[in-house]
Amino acid sequence: MMQLTTREQSGVLVVSVSGRIDHASSEEFTRLLEPLLINCRQGQPALLLDFSGVAYISSAGLRVLMMASRQSKAQQGSFAIAALTPLVQEVFTISRFNLIVPCYTSVDTACKVLGQ
Amino acid sequence: MKQVIFWGTRGSLPTAPTGQVIREKIIAALAAANGRSFRNRDALEQFVGGLPFTVNNTFGGNSSCVEIVTDGPDHLVCDMGSGARPLGQSKIARYGTPNPQTYHIFISHLHWDHLMGFPFFAPMYIPGNHIVIHGCHQQLEEAVRMQMRAPCFPVDYSQAGARIDFDLMTPDLPHEIDGVRVTPKLQLHTGDSYGYRFDSAEKSVVYSTDSEHKLDDLASFDSFARFFAKADLVIFDAMYSLAEATSVKADWGHSSNVVGVELCQAAAAKRLALFHHEPAHDDAQLFRLFEESIRFEQITRGDRPPLDIVSAYDGLTINL
Repeated sequence: MMQLTTREQSGVLVVSVSGRIDHASSEEFTRLLEPLLINCRQGQPALLLDFSGVAYISSAGLRVLMMASRQSKAQQGSFAIAALTPLVQEVFTISRFNLIVPCYTSVDTACKVLGQ
Repeated sequence: MKQVIFWGTRGSLPTAPTGQVIREKIIAALAAANGRSFRNRDALEQFVGGLPFTVNNTFGGNSSCVEIVTDGPDHLVCDMGSGARPLGQSKIARYGTPNPQTYHIFISHLHWDHLMGFPFFAPMYIPGNHIVIHGCHQQLEEAVRMQMRAPCFPVDYSQAGARIDFDLMTPDLPHEIDGVRVTPKLQLHTGDSYGYRFDSAEKSVVYSTDSEHKLDDLASFDSFARFFAKADLVIFDAMYSLAEATSVKADWGHSSNVVGVELCQAAAAKRLALFHHEPAHDDAQLFRLFEESIRFEQITRGDRPPLDIVSAYDGLTINL
């Protein structure tokens, strides 16, 4: 079962994601992200997904990220991902999702930018 | 079924290489030769054969037309894009005019890039030939006739020498044609499109182009995985990147290399052919997509057997 743990760092809401985000778990991922995305709006802390614990993401998982990115933009909030493992980074590059969702090399780097 | 021959692999619009593109290939070949001289033609052929695909070849620019070579006497063809012209020429070269042939043509949908080659398909002008155009669209015959009518084309449909019949197929219902079981499947595309699964006693081929896959529709994913199940070859619409297909080009009716790999993995298919290439992409871009598709399959394979991936190009023959 997928679990998201949250913490605050430099004014950014950092959400740790772990495991596999595939066709079987994408709906659960959507459901868990939903309450966090509601607050991802102008004047609220940026929402950063720490992907260091994600071993795999399928197209269905990538779609969840695209929908999250769209919703945050519509609400004028900030949404990003950080610390992708090398394999997940490759999936982002091959699918070109690195052009859709801001991806930072580390949580610290992301917090420096998003926490300002 | 013995072979699949790709006569046209380009999506939406036929393309042709510019002089500049050819010039770049020549420069790359000469740079690789680095001043070498060649004893004879064979030595030259060997050297050229060892150059990268993007230098010694091209993906080509004809729009969708794929031949499935069977053990039977008839000819099975998917779509009549501009690749139908070289296909027709090859048939005339092989059989001439005095040997009547039967052609079964399966039309995915009625958009122009999948029909435009028919008026240039030489066997249609040869008396004695029999052409059966199979499809699932009610307007199938009208669409074929319409493009051979003034002011669209100088030769009227009535000038066809061959006998032409139309066969309206029922989706999901297998049809026995020339010893092959052919099953059409409805696909998501403006005006609808249909994929075809061809099953013979020993081999299975799926032709699935102009088909969009919505990532949140898990039932559709499972349905296509069943349609592709254990196929020896899946010819798949990989026109866009996944990001394009789900964002700026959502609802344009096409899919991506990533979804093609995932569906074939779920289906335990043996080989995937990337097809319906974006006309704006040059050989280098298409080859990069091909390499990335191979890498994506490697890193997502898990415990499954490897999926063989090819990127279809005009003139490619695959032995099943």
